[in-house]
Amino acid sequence: MSDVSVLIGKPWKKPSFIQRPWLRWLLILGFVGYLIVAFSTIEVNWSRVYAGLERGEKFILAFTQPDFTSRSSDIWEGMIESIVMTIASSVVGIAISIPIALGAARNVAPLPVYLICRSIIAISRALQEIIVAILLVAIFGFGPLAGFLTLSFATIGFLAKLLAEDIESMDKVQAEAIKASGAKWTQWINYGVQPQVMPRLIGLSIYRIDINFRESAILGLVGAGGIGATLNTAFDRYEYDTAAAILLIIIVIVMALEYLSGVIRARVQ
Amino acid sequence: MLRLEKLVKTYKTGDQALKAVELEVPEGQVLALIGPSGAGKSTLIRCINRLVEPTSGKVYLGDVELTGLSSGALRRERRQMGMIFQEYALVERLTVMENVLSGRLGYVGFWRSFLRRFPQSDVDEAFRLLDRVGLAHMADKRADELSGGQRQRVGICRALIQNPALLLVDEPTASLDPKTSRQIMRLICELCKERGLAAIINIHDVALAQMFVQRVIGLRLGAVEFDGPPTGLTPEVLTAIYGEEDWEATIEAVEEDDTEATS
Repeated sequence: MSDVSVLIGKPWKKPSFIQRPWLRWLLILGFVGYLIVAFSTIEVNWSRVYAGLERGEKFILAFTQPDFTSRSSDIWEGMIESIVMTIASSVVGIAISIPIALGAARNVAPLPVYLICRSIIAISRALQEIIVAILLVAIFGFGPLAGFLTLSFATIGFLAKLLAEDIESMDKVQAEAIKASGAKWTQWINYGVQPQVMPRLIGLSIYRIDINFRESAILGLVGAGGIGATLNTAFDRYEYDTAAAILLIIIVIVMALEYLSGVIRARVQ
Repeated sequence: MLRLEKLVKTYKTGDQALKAVELEVPEGQVLALIGPSGAGKSTLIRCINRLVEPTSGKVYLGDVELTGLSSGALRRERRQMGMIFQEYALVERLTVMENVLSGRLGYVGFWRSFLRRFPQSDVDEAFRLLDRVGLAHMADKRADELSGGQRQRVGICRALIQNPALLLVDEPTASLDPKTSRQIMRLICELCKERGLAAIINIHDVALAQMFVQRVIGLRLGAVEFDGPPTGLTPEVLTAIYGEEDWEATIEAVEEDDTEATS
């Protein structure tokens, strides 16, 4: 026991995360120095920025008078294509993700299955959507099929990983109680695991639909169909008013999805 | 009816939770398992239905030896062992009815259970059990809407609908207030008597155990330290199980409780 009278009257400070003062200051000063050096290497061509401001202004002004009409059939077609892509890829992606998520949860799956499923997830996450889209466009040609496959593939990495983590952090005892009744593995999943992860699954699925829709607008830029293709064409033709109309529609749809997901997630608790 | 032979459980960390436990439970006997935290009470119960795999030793349920069973055969034997959990372990996002019917999972096929189309006899039995514990009107409520005592009653129904021969009960009153604790213990013991069930009840409340059971097993560091009637729990015995402490108060309290319960 230490003598408490030695401690009385002395100020108390939270012990530092890094104990050695010289190491602590070296890391702080090193980091600040690096930031200064890094920023000083960014080259800005101010005359180019000045010239570009005018184009930027035109672009922004186009938003004040978006042109929905003159290319309305193109916009409509692109939009339908994007929505179809989004729904189809989300449904397929989520359907494939669920068994992979079960396999990737260590408390549900045996080790070999776990390793296989984790590597599928790792591959899906390592390959960025645009790269996958370029590859698939090369294989399947221009059009929404490549986009659909890209988004399905990307959905697996996202949904399976997060769902697996939710399964791993579920309440073990609830699942144990189902097991103790003599349930089969499938029944155990259905009664002991599924109810616990359902709110998360629904929340993630809606979030992924949202992401897939936004991605579908990007994937068009590399020729994978959807509203992105229409947007790309509009930019190529310097039709900023049409581009603005497309962007506005995308914003409205994303916000609507955001609102919808909030409502649904509040319902499913 | 249940016989444990030299049951040993050593965890991966090297902790020996059970050291060659020998135990025989005759048909219809309710016994309490007492002992300090970490004595291996939970492990012992879980080794019987193999939620925890015993390291060595044998478990006989009737004539069947459980430790060597394949997973399919183990599932069939688990149907005969109803389990009641500490903190209830109801699946919170399922309804009361679904929780009770989940006790029948060992008897019905996957699709029936998936579609919630249980046989009429199971549904009838579920309502009968819920009515017996006074919760028939709660059947369609979600389990997380219930109070602690109500949840444990549902847990009891879930164990009983298995139509078990043996109840494994793990700290049934751990998170309940004193009055509800007694009600739950009384209910479990009454139901065991009604149905002629044997039960092993893990409990850390010695006074409560003495009130309700015919036989007490004292576990200390994974070994049986005491085996006898509740009246045999003298201060010396309790000291042997739990360590030095003033036990007179506990024992007196029990005697008072007894007179209160009988009057």
